[in-house]
Amino acid sequence: MSDKEMKFEVALTKLEEIVDKLESGDIGLDDSLKHYEDGMKLLKFCTAKLDEVEKKIEILVKDKGGKVTGTKTFKNDEDSDKLL
Amino acid sequence: MQTPKILTVSEITKQIKGLIQQFEGVWIEGEVSNFVPHSSGHMYFSLKDEKSVIRAAFFKNANQHLKFKIQDGMKVVVHGNVDLYEKSGQYQVIVDNMEPKGLGMLQLRFEQLKEQLKKEGLFDQARKRKLPILPKKIGVITSPTGAVIRDILNVLQRRFPNIHVVLNPVKVQGDGAAEEVAEAIKYMNEDGSFDVLIVGRGGGSLEDLWAFNEEVVARAIFSSKIPVVSAVGHEIDFTIADFVADLRAPTPSAAAELVIANKTDLIEKIRAYEVRLTNDLTNKYQTYKEKLDWIRKSGLAMGLKRTLEIFKERISNAAKSPAFLRPKEKISQLKQEVDEYESKLAITIGHFLENRRNEIKVLQGKVESLNPLKILERGYSVTLKLPEKKIIKSASELKKNDEIEVKFANGTINAMIK
Repeated sequence: MSDKEMKFEVALTKLEEIVDKLESGDIGLDDSLKHYEDGMKLLKFCTAKLDEVEKKIEILVKDKGGKVTGTKTFKNDEDSDKLL
Repeated sequence: MQTPKILTVSEITKQIKGLIQQFEGVWIEGEVSNFVPHSSGHMYFSLKDEKSVIRAAFFKNANQHLKFKIQDGMKVVVHGNVDLYEKSGQYQVIVDNMEPKGLGMLQLRFEQLKEQLKKEGLFDQARKRKLPILPKKIGVITSPTGAVIRDILNVLQRRFPNIHVVLNPVKVQGDGAAEEVAEAIKYMNEDGSFDVLIVGRGGGSLEDLWAFNEEVVARAIFSSKIPVVSAVGHEIDFTIADFVADLRAPTPSAAAELVIANKTDLIEKIRAYEVRLTNDLTNKYQTYKEKLDWIRKSGLAMGLKRTLEIFKERISNAAKSPAFLRPKEKISQLKQEVDEYESKLAITIGHFLENRRNEIKVLQGKVESLNPLKILERGYSVTLKLPEKKIIKSASELKKNDEIEVKFANGTINAMIK
């Protein structure tokens, strides 16, 4: 599995499956260890994902024709008139 | 005697036309029948009531801005001029405006579009997509001013402090608003970096919310590859956009709550998995340790014991051999034999120890490789003889009716030997 491509929710589902499998207790030692290792990788992945995104609040800047020309930071409390 | 004046058909028609044309700018109420939309864009139909019928023509230049669809049986009020069509001698109303009677025009248009899009499958539950739990980039399509964007951003940031939101500012009411909203949805799709879109505006009258009832917006939402959450007006307001969207939020704040999970909740969830993942193994760690100890002490001892038993047997066999009957002749032979056994035993024990050492190393390695979280084995059990709780290493240590305790990874059972 590629960490870059995997989605957070996919990882979370896989993690749940692994925990369920481990808790069911009917798998051999080698598989158990493998699952445990996979589970730890997924945990790390999920935790990393939570902090991966940087806080950014942006607004698209458009020209008079409505065409998007770029983005700038959007301030929640910015004077509304300046935005129009 | 006066000769009666003879008129041609055209002459009399012209005179009648003149009279009829006095009915200018009239309002007529009636029921539509025989409605025929022509491919040219012109529309022909009759208006009738209980007693009478009048033909009507609604030309393309006049009907192109009509906001609803004309159907037979519909009660309408038309505005226009009555005229005479010389070629057929028929009079008809040339309609320049039409409004539905009873139901408001916008309401009618809403119902009609809703019906049409429903038939086309734009509202199908099956096509509604699940929203991602953790969207990397959230697109918001609404007015950059007012409470809506503020509410959305406040809720989003409260739930997830490090969030990436991009606002696509659009007009949300008035002329061109629907087209702007639709265009924005397309733009966000073309951009390709968004995981979810919120499309919405605050509350208002049916007219205020109208852009979200336009077909162009409905189609744009339908074509969106990114899941769309609609948040239009208040809880009681339903728009066409709401029906097409993957998820309808009752308010803009609710939309923000729907598009991203609470970070604290997610952290807790992950932590719970971590506890389960390690607890399960840690709970069984003791069993694994016992297994290691067992191999270290008893396993090794058993191996040695077995080897010694073989050796003893050889000695006793040797004692019965002719060497003892004729010691002088055979004594050196026996000595040699014992030497051989000794060296064999040394080799055997050496191998045995080497093998056990390797086994222990492997097992230790497995335990250590998973430190510090501690590991656990699976599928082994330990048998203890009761009441002294002595670990049983061999079947021969037990006899019928002995009571034993069997330890499993997640519990113990007591049993009796049959």
